[in-house]
Amino acid sequence: MSKRIEVRDLNVYYGKFLAVEGVNLEIEPRSVTAFIGPSGCGKSTFLRTLNRMHEVIPGARVEGEVLIDGNNLYDPDVDPVLVRRQVGMVFQRPNPFPTMSIKENVLAGVKLNNKRISKSDADDLVEKSLLGANLWNEVKDRLDRPGSGLSGGQQQRLCIARAIAVAPEVILMDEPCSALDPISTLAIEDLIEELKLQYTIVIVTHNMQQASRVSDKTAFFNIAGTGKPGNLIEYADTTTIFSNPSVKATEDYVSGRFG
Amino acid sequence: MTMTTKPEPTTSVATPIQNSLTAGRLPTPAPWLILGAAIAVSAAIFGVMGLAGEAGYNWGGALLVGALLYIPSIWLFSMLVEGRRRAMDRLVTALVTGAFVLAMIPLISLTITVITFGLNRFDADFFTMSMRNVTGEGGGVLHAIVGTLLMTGTAAIISIPIGLMTSIYLVEYGRGQLARGITFLVDVMTGIPSIVAGLFAYALFSIFLGPGTRTGIAGAVALAVLMIPVVVRSSEEMLRLVPNELREASYALGVPKWLTIVKVVLPTSIAGITTGIMLSIARVIGETAPLLIAAGFTQSMNWNLFDGRMSSLPVFVYTQYANQGNPPEAYLDRAWAAALTLILIVMALNLIARLVARFFAPKFGR
Repeated sequence: MSKRIEVRDLNVYYGKFLAVEGVNLEIEPRSVTAFIGPSGCGKSTFLRTLNRMHEVIPGARVEGEVLIDGNNLYDPDVDPVLVRRQVGMVFQRPNPFPTMSIKENVLAGVKLNNKRISKSDADDLVEKSLLGANLWNEVKDRLDRPGSGLSGGQQQRLCIARAIAVAPEVILMDEPCSALDPISTLAIEDLIEELKLQYTIVIVTHNMQQASRVSDKTAFFNIAGTGKPGNLIEYADTTTIFSNPSVKATEDYVSGRFG
Repeated sequence: MTMTTKPEPTTSVATPIQNSLTAGRLPTPAPWLILGAAIAVSAAIFGVMGLAGEAGYNWGGALLVGALLYIPSIWLFSMLVEGRRRAMDRLVTALVTGAFVLAMIPLISLTITVITFGLNRFDADFFTMSMRNVTGEGGGVLHAIVGTLLMTGTAAIISIPIGLMTSIYLVEYGRGQLARGITFLVDVMTGIPSIVAGLFAYALFSIFLGPGTRTGIAGAVALAVLMIPVVVRSSEEMLRLVPNELREASYALGVPKWLTIVKVVLPTSIAGITTGIMLSIARVIGETAPLLIAAGFTQSMNWNLFDGRMSSLPVFVYTQYANQGNPPEAYLDRAWAAALTLILIVMALNLIARLVARFFAPKFGR
């Protein structure tokens, strides 16, 4: 079900601006990998290259290779749409589709692709995905109400349910908890623990406690200064990064003595 | 005289501790009292002038001068009681409200005029007969209603797909020179005088069907030329309002771009797009000059867009007014009634647009 990700010599550009430089990284299947680092260091930009969402922005492009189980995402013949069906994504701000009900939001990946699905299959998929996102008990009585009527934390879990309903191999999360309260955050962290059994998860976070709680491995990104590209400074087991990092900058950042 | 309404400051209540955050405040009815006093003063002045003069009492002048008098008086009273900041607030409130009332006067006056004159012939005959073989009194406007609806409808059928797809191109696909060029040309098209659009359609159909050809379809093309830029600009604004997050959410689910546009972007913005389209229809349905040139006018029913001249309501109003026969009142009554009909049609379209917008709008709430 889940897949291994290898990144080789990846440079990410916005037009002529080099945003992230020379990233080499291997992510194991069925693990949680956290990206940490100061704002603007290119964590989110790099994350978006893992399912080719980066190129949605005009002028953005990528050099280098991203291999998912040995298949290069940036091969010229690769269809980005097929990539995104395998690598799902959850965004920083919850973004349920405002025109759709809760149920339709969960089925969005199926319905928007014009796939036919029988009513019983659809109901099963909705229940399975919402159970997977820990949201079923809260919304099972109001599946036909609009998704935008839920609370922020519920909306974010709805977005996770929507992402796992298309059965991806990898789930990318771009600061999924930064707009949520501690209780909703806890719910989502518990959810990440469960999802890890089936999916490969990559999460960007500004919260170092969160990184140390949920992730198996941690990558620290940093930026030399404004206008300079971001770099991957250190990538190791989470315990190593937080207790015994090998680079001084990592230690300064995780212990709060940065800058 | 205005001094009688001078309000008392509200600090007279005995409070044990003086709250340092309070300030003088005009009592709520004070502005109304001042307005009443101002109008009374102005009415009195006009009354005195009326005694001296020969003309009747000038109610409009009295109200206008009273309102003008109100603006400095409310500022003065507020300045004395409440201080500079609130005085400025009252002054600007008075000016803004005055501007609104001033803008409403022509609208209300126009509505009342059209209704009073229009009701003279607002009968069953008027909506069931054409003007064929009618001289003098009687006759109806059915042929013009049919013509207006057919030509405007055809114009909408031509321009809605073109305009909507252009705006989708501009927002979702267009980059660089081509998109900028299209935007510029659309802006230029917005400014075309409507008679030029009529001449264009007339010339276009003259090339193929010979000079002097006037048909409903030519009128529809002229209206479409006027309508397309309005549809493009309004839909473009609405599509730009759709948050990029929704597009990205859809892409992240592995949905191709065209399906994202059809199933996420358009449904999210459909309410605004519908409103824009309805407004563009309302904009062209009242056009007279292009239809006079391209579609001409006739006294008879014509259901065929592709053969023969076709009347429309604005052109009907124009011809009835411009070529009055005997008795002239019959012609003028028909013109007013047709104008009322046109206003009612536009109003109905706007109501439908509101309903559609409400029906399609993204739903919130638990």
